[in-house]
Amino acid sequence: MKLDAAIIGGGVVGAAVARVLSRYHLSVAVFEKCDDICMGASKANTGIVHSGYDAKPGTQKALFNVAGAKMYPALCAELGVPYKKCGALVIAFTKEEQVTLSLLRDRGCQNGTVRLSIISGDEARALEPALSQEVIAALHVPKSGVVSPYEMTFALMEHAAVNGVKVYTREKVLRVDRQADGFLLTTEHHCVTAGTVINCAGIGAAAVRTALVGDTVRLIPRKGEYHLLDNTGYKPFTRTIFQCPSVMGKGVVITPTAHGNTLIGPTAMDVKDGEDVATTADALKEALDKGRRTWPQISTRTAIASFAGIRAHPVSDDFIVGHTQTGFFEAIGIESPGLTAAPAIGEHLGKAVAAYLKAGLKEHIITPCVCRKPFREMNFKERGEAWREDPTYGTVVCRCEHVTEAEIKKAIHAPVGAGNIDAVKRRTRAGMGRCQGGFCGPRVLDILSDELAVSPMRITKFGEGSELLTKEIRGGDI
Amino acid sequence: MTRADLLIIGAGPAGLAAAIAARQAGVKDLLVLEREEASGGILRQCIHNGFGLHRFKEELTGPEYAQRDIDLAADLGIRIQTNAMALSVTRDKVVSFVSRQEGPRQIECGAIILCTGCRERSRGAIGTPGTRCAGVFSAGTAQKFVNLHGFMPGSQVVILGSGDIGLIMARRMTLQGARVLACVEIMPYSSGLNRNIVQCLNDYDIPLYLSHTVTDIRGTSRLNGITISRVDENRRPVPGTEIDFSCDTLLLSVGLIPENELALGAGLNLSAATGGVLVDDRFETEIDGVFSAGNALHVHDLADDVSEEAARAGRAAADYLLRGGQKRQMLSVMDGRGVLGAVPQKIAVPAEEDVRVRFRVDRVYENAYVCAHAQGAVFPRRKHRILTPGEMAQAVLPKQPLSLAEGDIVISIEGEKER
Amino acid sequence: MTVVTCIACPVGCRMGVETADGAVTAVSGHGCKRGVEYARQEAVCPMRIVTAVVRVRGGMPLSVRTASPIPKKDIFACMSAIEGIVVNKPVTMGQILIEDVCGSGVAVIATKAMNE
Repeated sequence: MKLDAAIIGGGVVGAAVARVLSRYHLSVAVFEKCDDICMGASKANTGIVHSGYDAKPGTQKALFNVAGAKMYPALCAELGVPYKKCGALVIAFTKEEQVTLSLLRDRGCQNGTVRLSIISGDEARALEPALSQEVIAALHVPKSGVVSPYEMTFALMEHAAVNGVKVYTREKVLRVDRQADGFLLTTEHHCVTAGTVINCAGIGAAAVRTALVGDTVRLIPRKGEYHLLDNTGYKPFTRTIFQCPSVMGKGVVITPTAHGNTLIGPTAMDVKDGEDVATTADALKEALDKGRRTWPQISTRTAIASFAGIRAHPVSDDFIVGHTQTGFFEAIGIESPGLTAAPAIGEHLGKAVAAYLKAGLKEHIITPCVCRKPFREMNFKERGEAWREDPTYGTVVCRCEHVTEAEIKKAIHAPVGAGNIDAVKRRTRAGMGRCQGGFCGPRVLDILSDELAVSPMRITKFGEGSELLTKEIRGGDI
Repeated sequence: MTRADLLIIGAGPAGLAAAIAARQAGVKDLLVLEREEASGGILRQCIHNGFGLHRFKEELTGPEYAQRDIDLAADLGIRIQTNAMALSVTRDKVVSFVSRQEGPRQIECGAIILCTGCRERSRGAIGTPGTRCAGVFSAGTAQKFVNLHGFMPGSQVVILGSGDIGLIMARRMTLQGARVLACVEIMPYSSGLNRNIVQCLNDYDIPLYLSHTVTDIRGTSRLNGITISRVDENRRPVPGTEIDFSCDTLLLSVGLIPENELALGAGLNLSAATGGVLVDDRFETEIDGVFSAGNALHVHDLADDVSEEAARAGRAAADYLLRGGQKRQMLSVMDGRGVLGAVPQKIAVPAEEDVRVRFRVDRVYENAYVCAHAQGAVFPRRKHRILTPGEMAQAVLPKQPLSLAEGDIVISIEGEKER
Repeated sequence: MTVVTCIACPVGCRMGVETADGAVTAVSGHGCKRGVEYARQEAVCPMRIVTAVVRVRGGMPLSVRTASPIPKKDIFACMSAIEGIVVNKPVTMGQILIEDVCGSGVAVIATKAMNE
């Protein structure tokens, strides 16, 4: 395989870079080691689109955060990704934290985030009645938003794919070597020569860099654990509620998600293994205990899931984004606010790669395939139209989130299609609700089996080794 | 928009019994919506025996029990639309639903009976830590895979929770060739029927670990092991009591939650104790002409009880349609000492007939009395050798003293002998 | 002495059953008369209804049961017999699939109908 650009890593940054590169006359491929894209930090985070008051002025974090935040509303509209400008409060419990609020407001101004104001505890509680009585002041951030992080990643990557970018999953890059006129990548199934390499490998990015550049950038796997609450019934907050940031990050956040759930987390624990996304009793308790300061009535009575994510914390405490060495481009240490920054990083790196390769823009770019809105958001008339076009819109598979068979089939056959149960879940929300796939799991498995024409025995939760069934006890032959 | 006198949502044991009773009481224009491809509800996958002992005085399997009602409904000409998913119910009784055959539809109803069943509590709801590997299933999902789809979801199995579905699945997995290593229960007693402990665990030498819970789930792709720990009286794991199991499957049977998203959408309130809506002695909700029955109202142990209750709801809906709603004076039924989730929550006086109040107890009681108290009325009390949270208890309030009651009726457990 | 846990009610009495030459001579520990009856049977020859799913040619599995209880000791032999058959559609509810399962004199019957 011969490429102009090889992107290592199918997270939100890789997807954003891929999408920008797809506008140029270039052959581009993305290599993702997992069974699906969006399997690392991009899928397990708060989904907050940070407005940019937090990052130190002058840092790459600040630069890309503010630029990315500005892109979000239009980008989400263009790609059909759920995004809500819900606003945020940063709350202070002490005089010291109140000082931090002023600092954050000033930073916000320097970074170019407009309309930040400090309000009293009572004013904050008037906006968010579930807030603790102990809150004495809050920074009001009207422009903060929430996005569905995986849907963002899928939409970016799909748009890249329809414009010619090849996306290889289950394709771990085993070696990268520099050649006279570029790079030689050895992946699980391919030998690839590429004019440029873009390192978007998340927690694995340090190893890629070491292989090529020699010097080491240290990334600390920092685990964060979360509780997710149901999206029906009582919702404590309409805005994202931050506690005052500390050296370990932004503290425990309680936020609505783009789909109306409530998310509590993350904790911050440095771990050795960058793949260790097991939750622990201690951290799940810590998330609740810390969240209780914000929301005294905190309860997991309506909890539907808990999960952990690994963010790649750079020891330098700043993103490393740029053209590191001839033909070798990088986005390393993209921890929070990485999701917010990703579109801006994509623009920056994509344009830099295109300039380096002296590539011209394509005359015609296929617009994003924004299919119908999800069935659950359609009105009666729209449902009728969808059903007339495809009667499987009449079969509701996921009863909690009202996901239809038509939508699941579309997700399977999409440009970067779903090949396992979790991949269907992240694309359609089937199994994302109260019963966590208890009812629809077997049905989704059947649909995957039918559409991919493989035995149900081979359908996995998230890739090889995670098969769900162990023995067949039906059919004619014993 | 079309119209129906009575719409019943769900064709499980509750919906079928309600439909049959309503038809027999004279409702002609009646439609049952069922989201699955066939009627019968959860009984379709409950292929084990033990159903119908009370109602039919014989021992049937789930599918056989359901078939009797399906056949009777067919004989009565009751229309059941399968593959039809109700999406919303409004206060003025307009129901939206969708089906593959007809697409989205709206139907204006004279009365509605919500028989939407219940769902299983998930791993996320109980917050079991560990990896999110494949091989962790709710017991009912595993039951569906085995009994309806014909696939085994594992070969070395641990079961968390000793609810009836978990116990039944311990036996089913064993019979179909898997090895069940343990059944783990966080409470000091099983929440399942005694009969199931004996015939599903003891018969197959499956150990039951009481006062234990799962404290770790391991495996990056497929489950490869779990850890259980003993818990203290506050249900917190005790360090140093860990036992590891190598297994590829963990089945969860950790409680059932009534499914009431349609009721919530209609603006009905849920009882914190039952998870169901609030009903009176006719199973009518806070909205006139909207009724609730079966496991959507409160989780039962026996299908026989579901049928009995739902038939009453069906007759009441028929009465509502044929005679119109009547304003009745209501007394509240309150949970007293030891009682959780008494249903119905309101009883009309003067009473039309004896009223059966069903509830659960908060712990195990021996040689205790189920009592009911209300100002102006004296109710008979009934002694029980044992009352356990795993078996639904009841108090029958006779028509006569009920009619004399003047205030709230409090149900309580009293007179337990100290051991 | 055989120990039997009663299933007649939630109390779950643990009863002791004395036998001599396969006949019950004494039952102790029972809380009521129903328990005695159950204990006598359990101690001598416990009986169970067996339920299972069987393979169907070209279709989903079929649920079956023994028409009446069989000796508990024969459960796995019964399961082997059930695993050994493949049923052709159509099937009616109650249809006999095995006439006499492992010499018990009891039939295995379908517990649901299956159309072509």
